[in-house]
Amino acid sequence: MTLSHIFRKGLWRENAVFRLLLGLCPALAVTTSAENGLGMGLATTFVLVCSNLVISALRKIIPPRVRIPSFIVVIASFVTVVQLCMEAYFYDLYKALGIFIPLIVVNCLILGRAEAYASRNRLVPAVVDGLGMGFGFSLSLFVLGAVRELFGSGTLMGYSVFGLGYEPLLLMILPPGAFIAMGLLLAGMNRFDARSR
Amino acid sequence: MNGMPRMILVLTLITASAGLILSLVEAVTREPIAEQRRLETLRALKSVLPPTDNAPDADTVQLVIGQDRRGRDLVRTFFRGRRDAELAGVAFKVVAPDGYSGDITVMVGIDPIGTVSGVEILIHNETPGLGDKITRPEFKGLFAGRSLENADWRVKKDGGEFDQITGATISPRAVVGAVRRGLEFFRDHRAEIVATQEGGMP
Repeated sequence: MTLSHIFRKGLWRENAVFRLLLGLCPALAVTTSAENGLGMGLATTFVLVCSNLVISALRKIIPPRVRIPSFIVVIASFVTVVQLCMEAYFYDLYKALGIFIPLIVVNCLILGRAEAYASRNRLVPAVVDGLGMGFGFSLSLFVLGAVRELFGSGTLMGYSVFGLGYEPLLLMILPPGAFIAMGLLLAGMNRFDARSR
Repeated sequence: MNGMPRMILVLTLITASAGLILSLVEAVTREPIAEQRRLETLRALKSVLPPTDNAPDADTVQLVIGQDRRGRDLVRTFFRGRRDAELAGVAFKVVAPDGYSGDITVMVGIDPIGTVSGVEILIHNETPGLGDKITRPEFKGLFAGRSLENADWRVKKDGGEFDQITGATISPRAVVGAVRRGLEFFRDHRAEIVATQEGGMP
């Protein structure tokens, strides 16, 4: 498999949110706006790429029976780095994402890639896999956030789209809206795939 | 080397390196984070106080406002804004425990005789689109110029004079109540809050 294949599979065919259905907790919880979705996606991408890199580099050193605790320590360290840096340099985003940043540690996507890919492959493919999966995750969260923000507040990235007369569909910002938007996007993606096959 | 010793060694090395890296990152970000938190407090103070020429977050008085369930003291910090060394206003945080979802923390700014100059909602988890309208200027603007003497501190639905928000009465009621209790505390302890010389506790 070429590197570009490895990268692209994360974007669509093995998309974390819409295909593997991994990492749904943050995907549903923080996507009340496109900006929050993108911020969460990029933070997760950073952790994923770094943890894939380190775990792939250490894959021959880590004994199989302690691999899970080792992976979790590596992942949790990078999450803490992200959290500290975000609080220091992107304070507004830090406030918006709140509790969900530490919870990146338990995002199954990251441990899943460490276990299924990074611990079995060489450095470069592991990093590319992290990038592809991460960007696919970010893209999904961005789209989900954009749809919910558009209908739920009538804005996109904070800018008004429908004008003042628009009565926001509040449901889309609330938790049920996350499931509805996710379901509709998933259905749309399945239909697209079925047609192009 | 294999088996148990190796597992212990590898895991120890990994956690030790993680600890080392984290302590380095923590050392680098400690200052900026403290600065961000301070700026956030200063921004809130600036928006609720009349214009000042001192640093209100460095001129404070701390008073015990009660005990928590375990009997420990609850302390409230009063930030004092001055202009030409004259007291221009006092700001403090109040917590409304009776919001729709969790506590609402509000920064209240008043002039030295107890008239509100502004309020700012610092922390809340109210419903997006309904209760979170308490953060809108239209709602926060209702408080400026009001004092315990010249206003009835209840929402209109309860017979007072604060407009509630359509579809959300609980959040405004909680905020109005918390600000009122803050003003009452200030009235009862005004001498201690205003009197101490400039400088105060950092």
